[in-house]
Amino acid sequence: MIRIESVTKRYPDGTVAVDRLSLEIPDRSITVLVGPSGCGKTTTLRMINRMVEPSEGTILLDGEDIQRRPVTTLRRSMGYVIQNAGLFQHRTILDNIATVPRLLGWGKQKARARAAELMERVGLDAALAKRYPYQLSGGQQQRVGVARALAADPPVLLMDEPFSAVDPVVRKGLQDELLRIQEELGKTIVFVTHDIDEAIKLGTMVAVMREGGHLAQYAPPAELLSDPADAFVEDFLGADRGIRRLSFFPSAELPLSTGPVVPADATAEQLAAPDGPWLLVTDADGRPLGWGERSDLTAGDIRTDRLVPHGRPFVPGTDSLRAALDSAVLSPAGHAVAVDGTGRVTGVVSQAAIGEAIRSAHAGGHADEAKVAS
Amino acid sequence: MNGFFDIPSDLQHSYQGLIGLHLREALLPVLAGLLLALPLAQLCVRFRWLYPPVLGATTILYAVPSLAFFVVLIDYTGQTELTVMIPLAVYSLVVLVPAIVDGVRSVPQETLAAATAMGFGPVRRYLQVQLPIAVPAIIAGLRVATVSSISLVSVGTLIGNQGALGNLLADAQKYDRPELAVNSVITTAVLAILCDALLVLLRVVLTPWMPNGTRRRPKTGVRQRRPAPQDVTR
Repeated sequence: MIRIESVTKRYPDGTVAVDRLSLEIPDRSITVLVGPSGCGKTTTLRMINRMVEPSEGTILLDGEDIQRRPVTTLRRSMGYVIQNAGLFQHRTILDNIATVPRLLGWGKQKARARAAELMERVGLDAALAKRYPYQLSGGQQQRVGVARALAADPPVLLMDEPFSAVDPVVRKGLQDELLRIQEELGKTIVFVTHDIDEAIKLGTMVAVMREGGHLAQYAPPAELLSDPADAFVEDFLGADRGIRRLSFFPSAELPLSTGPVVPADATAEQLAAPDGPWLLVTDADGRPLGWGERSDLTAGDIRTDRLVPHGRPFVPGTDSLRAALDSAVLSPAGHAVAVDGTGRVTGVVSQAAIGEAIRSAHAGGHADEAKVAS
Repeated sequence: MNGFFDIPSDLQHSYQGLIGLHLREALLPVLAGLLLALPLAQLCVRFRWLYPPVLGATTILYAVPSLAFFVVLIDYTGQTELTVMIPLAVYSLVVLVPAIVDGVRSVPQETLAAATAMGFGPVRRYLQVQLPIAVPAIIAGLRVATVSSISLVSVGTLIGNQGALGNLLADAQKYDRPELAVNSVITTAVLAILCDALLVLLRVVLTPWMPNGTRRRPKTGVRQRRPAPQDVTR
């Protein structure tokens, strides 16, 4: 565990970058430092590997003051990833990744073998090994940056806005990849970002910082969304925090109805049975084809090409209430389509039923601890 | 053009001998300049306040005419090769210090931060990260220093025939053999061009990591500033 104990960083000109900050960073989880520029988040991160020395206070790593360790030893035990990757342009991808093992005195062969292993782990094609950084895209460079940080298998990973210079699609891919890698490796990650959505997506714990290096709130993301400590945090979370908070409620409890679900070869009887004007038509395998109005559907001659698209279905138990609500809002019938893992329809659920579930979830007080994918 | 390669005996060298002498007198000072410039440049990078005074002092040295240098040095080193080579080394130093400083400074902040964060000590960081990345700028400086050094050796003629190929210019006058002057000029130029080409080749060999032959960064890459070779003259 990393313990930051009332740490202050004051520069010679009098500016205070971090002001009496105390933070306990739990092991094997992602702790995100988030805040507007100038809030001291990067300074805080850099104090952990002593790239910046605190003016006051101490930082403990597993109970030991980090000042006690030789600085290069300390740094080699902490992976570091920065914006734009900061790769060594004069070294091949493989040698970039092998950097820290080489610093630790590993033989060239062993270090390179380890590097090759990491390329695979972060999803880089082995063919890139002999390339130089300029030959890679921004997203690939960032993957190399992550691989390089992981090379010596450090217990701690420090990440300073690692994904903010890549486009949103690539960023989402990198975030998902980080979560996947974290699931496998269980590192103690300290992650700095100015993007609150990234913080909520990645963080086990989120520290919201404000200008002048003050800690505004330190909480799990669900709690941040439900109980912002003050107006600053609320404002920083943005307008739709209520909707985003739904990401933390599971959809497993939603009452599913199979009433309006009919197969494409439905009989007139089947078409007449359900209530309501909209019917969900499925193919022979039970996969959703689209919504149709009862008056437009003729038994034995359902024109599947004229159905209204069903939007994105949700998977109960895997997806959150937010995904279910989104699916319902997008549907012309006002019903969200639930499917199982293989894409077969398991039922539909109305906006009203989702609203009910949201109310009872809120009444339950705490969002589910287990974070579900939105 | 009869006797083009017929070197007067007072020079005590064959044509090839003169070329060897010329190269030695020109290139040893560049090497010495490089060896002095590397630590000096590192000091200038380390202590930013040092750079302006160093740059000022070396620029003033560069402004001293070589003849004046010789006059001063002759009292100490006599009419020897060394008297020619010392000013040339100083001139190389003047060209190389800013080239190396700019080159080392052109290493992107991110790269330096990453190196520090991964646990490079200052010495290792300088030798394994900053210097290799500064190689293109250093070689650009070496090209200027080498070519100017090769041309300047000729001035050594004025102090006891220490000008190697330049001595042919004096002999051309002395023996009224203009072809010797032509020989001197052409040979010197060819030497300069060959040495320059070798340095370009060296750069290509040493920097496989540079975008194919160009010095501009690709759009997809990390943004960084690198001085173009023409910026690195002095």
